[in-house]
Amino acid sequence: MSKTLYDKIWDAHSVTTRSDGQTLLYIDKQLLHEVTSPQAFEGLALAGRKPWRIDANLATPDHNVPTQGREQGIAGITDLVAKEQVVTLDNNCREHGITQFDINDVRQGIVHVVGPEQGATLPGMTIVCGDSHTSTHGAFAALAQGIGTSEVEHVLATQCLAQSKALNFRVEATGSLSAGVSAKDLILGIIGKTGTAGATGHTMEYRGSAIRELSMEGRMTMCNMSIEAGARAGLVAVDDTTLEYVHGRPMAPVGAQWDEAEKAWRDLVSDSDAHFDTLLEIDASQLAPQVSWGTSPEMVVGIDSSTPNPANATNDNDADGWQRALEYMGLAADQPITDIALDRVFIGSCTNARIEDLRAAAAVVAGKKKAKNVKQVLIVPGSGLVKAQAEAEGLAQIFVDAGFEWRAAGCSMCLAMNPDRLQAGEHCAATSNRNFEGRQGYGGRTHLVSPAMAAAAAIAGRFVDVRDWV
Amino acid sequence: MQSFEQVTGTVAPLDRANVDTDQIIPKQFLKSIRRTGFGDNLFDGWRYLDEGDMGMTQNERRINHEFVLNEPRYQGAQVLLARDNFGCGSSREHAVWALLEYGFRAVLAPSFADIFFNNCFKNGLLPVVLPAQEIDRLFELATGPQPLELTVDLHKNEVRHAQGKSLGFSLDSHRREKMLQGLDDISLSLVHADEIKAFEAKHRQRQPWNFGQH
Ligand code: SF4
Repeated sequence: MSKTLYDKIWDAHSVTTRSDGQTLLYIDKQLLHEVTSPQAFEGLALAGRKPWRIDANLATPDHNVPTQGREQGIAGITDLVAKEQVVTLDNNCREHGITQFDINDVRQGIVHVVGPEQGATLPGMTIVCGDSHTSTHGAFAALAQGIGTSEVEHVLATQCLAQSKALNFRVEATGSLSAGVSAKDLILGIIGKTGTAGATGHTMEYRGSAIRELSMEGRMTMCNMSIEAGARAGLVAVDDTTLEYVHGRPMAPVGAQWDEAEKAWRDLVSDSDAHFDTLLEIDASQLAPQVSWGTSPEMVVGIDSSTPNPANATNDNDADGWQRALEYMGLAADQPITDIALDRVFIGSCTNARIEDLRAAAAVVAGKKKAKNVKQVLIVPGSGLVKAQAEAEGLAQIFVDAGFEWRAAGCSMCLAMNPDRLQAGEHCAATSNRNFEGRQGYGGRTHLVSPAMAAAAAIAGRFVDVRDWV
Repeated sequence: MQSFEQVTGTVAPLDRANVDTDQIIPKQFLKSIRRTGFGDNLFDGWRYLDEGDMGMTQNERRINHEFVLNEPRYQGAQVLLARDNFGCGSSREHAVWALLEYGFRAVLAPSFADIFFNNCFKNGLLPVVLPAQEIDRLFELATGPQPLELTVDLHKNEVRHAQGKSLGFSLDSHRREKMLQGLDDISLSLVHADEIKAFEAKHRQRQPWNFGQH
């Protein structure tokens, strides 16, 4: 029978069916961070259990590490409760012998940037992490899912996830993206069509010419936001781009084992006649840079459009939701997106803090200066290694010369658990993935955009069409 | 895990679609290494008019009396009535812990986000999916002059109240069984430890690159 890519990975990892009908799916890799793992380790200890396979785990602190004062290591964390979490992760890793890139390690960073960078993420793997954006790793044709803390404990104890199989969702992105339009715009455009629950219960596979033309960084950006469409996982089939990225990474196989792996990985594509339950087509060539105007990632429009008018909504729920979102965002109906002025700009997060993202931003910024009305532009690389590379390439200097702040790696203002955050009422152009109320700080107003769009907004002081700049 | 058989209690209506886990428990309260202590900060951004932080007591906060959960008649509610896609966003299980600690035992909605739905069953919070029209009707009743008292009965798979006929709901039988008995997921899986070991040995031969690179 022909299979989708998802079917293939699922079948290759199905151990057995439990008495309650759920499949035990063998997990190749679990990524751990400080916020969702402490209670799992505690539960394990209370039950007198041990981790099933130590070498399947990799840890790094990211969510609430500060992005300044990092030379002080743990002592630089001023928030005592956050510090307790980071110390607890250190202790748990030390006690069990789990590899960790700790706060002092140059390889530390956002767990979804670190895994691929190290070759800990490999094609065909099953990967979990107590973080919904684990879907990022699907760019490598790995089945990567975000899980809750009880499931983190379950995987630690059994090396398996108990679950039922999802449906197959196929996203066909035809044509090619225009200059200045990126993977971020494509995924925002897709979420605008599916809505935030459109892919619930599905695994999404991104296909088509526009996807094949993307770099691995771009594919990671796409898969990262699958969760914002309601899917637990996103996937992109293996091709030369995948293999070139993985080859030579510290944890990737070498020599004869690489050859053997490559042969197996080449099969990680959906069969041509495989069945998909749901289909969405999008013409990438028609897409404008996207900007979210509201408090949900589906509330997104092209830069050449305006905010919606609740009077035009086709149902009451939408009308109420739009009205509430416009009020929270301090925007009027039918307001042109290019009218929105920015107070802060954040370039970072597991969606857009890889080297290619920083290059795209730097290309827009080079030789220009931050607008006066913009109080702060934070550039937060996804990992210590991305930071080092950006410094070596001269990108950091371009940002500093423009009046931006160059920080150390972490989640930072993506969720504002560390000191980087918005003040109430401030508008922020952010390259992250969620524009929920208060996500970037109490009362803060987040607009999701691509790195190039965020950079252009920082220079112009309001949203502008970056296609005019490239 | 605590079991769930039947709960009777007041219904609190939360009339918003796409309530995400950042709203259910804002991130400034995730800095705990325990599973408890989240109830006071459930829906924090809506319940209070000021920005709270870990360790602040409720006496130090400014209460938002407009927010539905703060209305006197919904105090002690055990059933939360919600709209589409409840629990979307981050995977934080803290959202479920906070709802339980606040006192909710069941959430009724037309649809739930996937990870949240899953997390509920690990903790004894029952998510009940009902058709949108039924949810509309319950909203009418729950916001009416009298608070709505309602029973969620997992033995009978039904929701009952005095002001209308009972509503059946479906739930896959295995999940239902686990909730009724309060079964621990890990024990259920470890019954298969030998099969997992045997699978792992074969898997290691087939895909050796997935093992022991660090
Ligand atoms: S960068 Fe943001 S979305 Fe990504 S893991 Fe960190 S907090 Fe989550």
